[in-house]
Amino acid sequence: MANDLNDDSFLDIRNLQIGVTVREPGEPPRDIEIVQGVSTVLGKGKVLGLIGESGAGKSTIGLASLGYGRGGVEITGGEVWVNGRDILELSRGGLNTLRGREVCYVSQSAAAGFNPAHRLIDQVIEATLEHGLMTRAEAKARARELFAALSLPNPDTIGDRYPHQVSGGQLQRVMTAMALCPKPDLIVFDEPTTALDVTTQIDVLAAIKNAIRLTGVAALYITHDLAVVAQVADEIMVLRGGEMVEHGTTQQIIEAPQEEYTKALVSVRSIVHEGKQPGPDPILRVENIVAAYGNGPRILDDVSVDLHAGQTLAVVGESGSGKSTLARVITGLLPPRSGQIAFDGRPLTPALRDRPADDLRQIQMIYQMADTAMNPRQTIGTIIGRPLQFYLGLSGKALRARIDELLDLIELPRDMARRYPAELSGGQKQRVCIARALAAEPKIIICDEVTSALDPLVADGILKLLLDLQAREGVAYLFITHDLATVKAIADSIAVMHLGKLARYGTKAEVLSPPFDDYTDLLLSSVPEMKLGWLEEVMAHRKMEGAGN
Amino acid sequence: MRPLGIPISAWIGLISTGLFVFAAVFAPLIAPYPMTEIVGAVWEPRSAEHWLGTDNLGRDLLSRMIYGARTTLGIAAAATILSFTLGSALGMTAAVVGGWIDQLLSRFVDLLMSIPTLIFALVVLSVMPVSIPVLILVMGILDSTRVYRLSRAVAVDVNVMDFVEAAKLRGEGRIWIVTREILPNALSTLVAELGLRFIFAVLFLSSLSFLGLGIQPPAADWGGMVKENKDGIVFGIGAALIPAGAIALLAISVNLVADWILNRTTDLKGGRGGQ
Repeated sequence: MANDLNDDSFLDIRNLQIGVTVREPGEPPRDIEIVQGVSTVLGKGKVLGLIGESGAGKSTIGLASLGYGRGGVEITGGEVWVNGRDILELSRGGLNTLRGREVCYVSQSAAAGFNPAHRLIDQVIEATLEHGLMTRAEAKARARELFAALSLPNPDTIGDRYPHQVSGGQLQRVMTAMALCPKPDLIVFDEPTTALDVTTQIDVLAAIKNAIRLTGVAALYITHDLAVVAQVADEIMVLRGGEMVEHGTTQQIIEAPQEEYTKALVSVRSIVHEGKQPGPDPILRVENIVAAYGNGPRILDDVSVDLHAGQTLAVVGESGSGKSTLARVITGLLPPRSGQIAFDGRPLTPALRDRPADDLRQIQMIYQMADTAMNPRQTIGTIIGRPLQFYLGLSGKALRARIDELLDLIELPRDMARRYPAELSGGQKQRVCIARALAAEPKIIICDEVTSALDPLVADGILKLLLDLQAREGVAYLFITHDLATVKAIADSIAVMHLGKLARYGTKAEVLSPPFDDYTDLLLSSVPEMKLGWLEEVMAHRKMEGAGN
Repeated sequence: MRPLGIPISAWIGLISTGLFVFAAVFAPLIAPYPMTEIVGAVWEPRSAEHWLGTDNLGRDLLSRMIYGARTTLGIAAAATILSFTLGSALGMTAAVVGGWIDQLLSRFVDLLMSIPTLIFALVVLSVMPVSIPVLILVMGILDSTRVYRLSRAVAVDVNVMDFVEAAKLRGEGRIWIVTREILPNALSTLVAELGLRFIFAVLFLSSLSFLGLGIQPPAADWGGMVKENKDGIVFGIGAALIPAGAIALLAISVNLVADWILNRTTDLKGGRGGQ
């Protein structure tokens, strides 16, 4: 069989079928196909991007190319040829020589992939030594070379550190070095930059791309972000619900997508929203807020922003910038050390428990994780109905009628009221959280990263709904996010936060037009754009600026 | 095989637990002889009149087993209910309120738990009059420390979820947060623990009776019956094994039921199962 492989085709997946057995209590076990008949061929040194929403089967396919099925997942049919043999036929011992030698894996969460008790270098070279590919000295020398290729600082000594002593982006690069160390033929990258901040993501992406080019390894690059994969992949395969939608060169997929679904993915985040001009009196005025947890360092340092009625103020920043803390201060969960918050012209009591119920009603909150924001033991009707009972005293028929109205408003069927949160999809759950916030008839809704946990198309739907509701109900949003694409889509004014301070603040037009301060420039230029060669442009631009300084 | 959607193991547990409960509730109606009356010779073997034979004083063993079920199950159930009400109410309050109330309660519970339960109970019971209310109180309070620990741990876990924060932001009171937001999410863990703690209560009561500080003769209870008949073992008479076996069978049956309930509730619609 091996002779019908092309010489340069090194990974050959043929009609792969993967299933999982679902055992629900009270029902007989049933089999579900999670990957249905996917085939692809990957040449040496090529990068194939696997893209799709959650549940598309992309990680499952990635792991199948190591001959592995995660947690009860079973490869039920098809063939996976690596280096001229079908690895699904291999024995356990055969798989052990394949994994960590010919095929390596880089996971999304590097922090969870390293043992905190061992030095990085020992973990990087472990598989190489295990397979007897190099001596310890050779392996260490190779690891240092890789650290340099991945632009890690102090490549000669960084390996002596422990995992907690390097940053998240560095750890992700060390993990890539670990995968590259045994000189594998194929690396599976499973969302390697998804958990990183946008300014870190671009560095890691450039480092990975550079290392792939230098070592000539083939790669499967799994992600949900088409703009990211467009920067590193030669070819892209679009997956949906375990089936292949479209497969082509990166250029073809980005510039001339054939299938409707791919077109939707490419044109995601194309909401156009003209920023409104602020009125004279803000509905919420945050003045000179300083906040900290306990006696710790200042998380917020002299922050002042205004939110105008019926408008959206986007608070942008990376993790640790203090943007969620700002939300906690406004809601009263964390009384500030100094500064004050005025709602509708009068000062708000700093602590939550001293605020009158009507002030609580006026400021509602929507969370990032809709899963944990709803009590799993309450029905949707109870969840949406509780603010109506609590604040507005509705009951009986009036309550049910209002719940129906709210469900109409968030475009969900009325019979959802009897369901439990676990029966809803991610996007539906977030809609219910929006309805719960709206039920209180607030003037302000604080949206804390409400779209970051959602797939791009679903997130788009939520953003459109939010804009629609704003136009209809006149509610103001304080929109906390790390995603600048989202900001461009919905904000009227923008506050850029960096290390607890305001880096830039003004209307959308002001903030997004040059001249920029350094941080805003870095942030804006780090957002991946859906075009080929964007990564090179940005890196070249940065190098030139660096040389100019 | 899952008649009515209930697995066979749970059926076995349900039926067998049901029989024990039935015997306990209707003891005077179904027992062939009175509990304390001497009706035959000492340690008579099994016969048509005495299905399980007679005990060390010549009382009917089956009748004493049935009355014993009433005492043992009744006291264990009462003690378990007491320990759960007390333990979970205090544990969840401590988790939600936090601060010095949590510190005070938790350290007090640590103090109680640092003394071996049986020794503690023996000391208390040797200075207090041994009566059924006292027994229930002592067992319930000692056991509630375990329930307190568990329910506090579960509640601390649930308390940091966003939906609890959402309720606090809405301005809900503590009673709503404990009973409507936290308790439903802690219930499956507590129900599973309930079965386990009930069995511990049975074993604990049996140990006390065996040591002479539990149910006082001539009243029958399983632990005490093991004690009364233990000397027979030397002569090859297995009367002591019958109450001992009943304790073991009850333990297994209740746990089969608890297992099934745990499986059911964690996977219920909206359950937090599998996390």
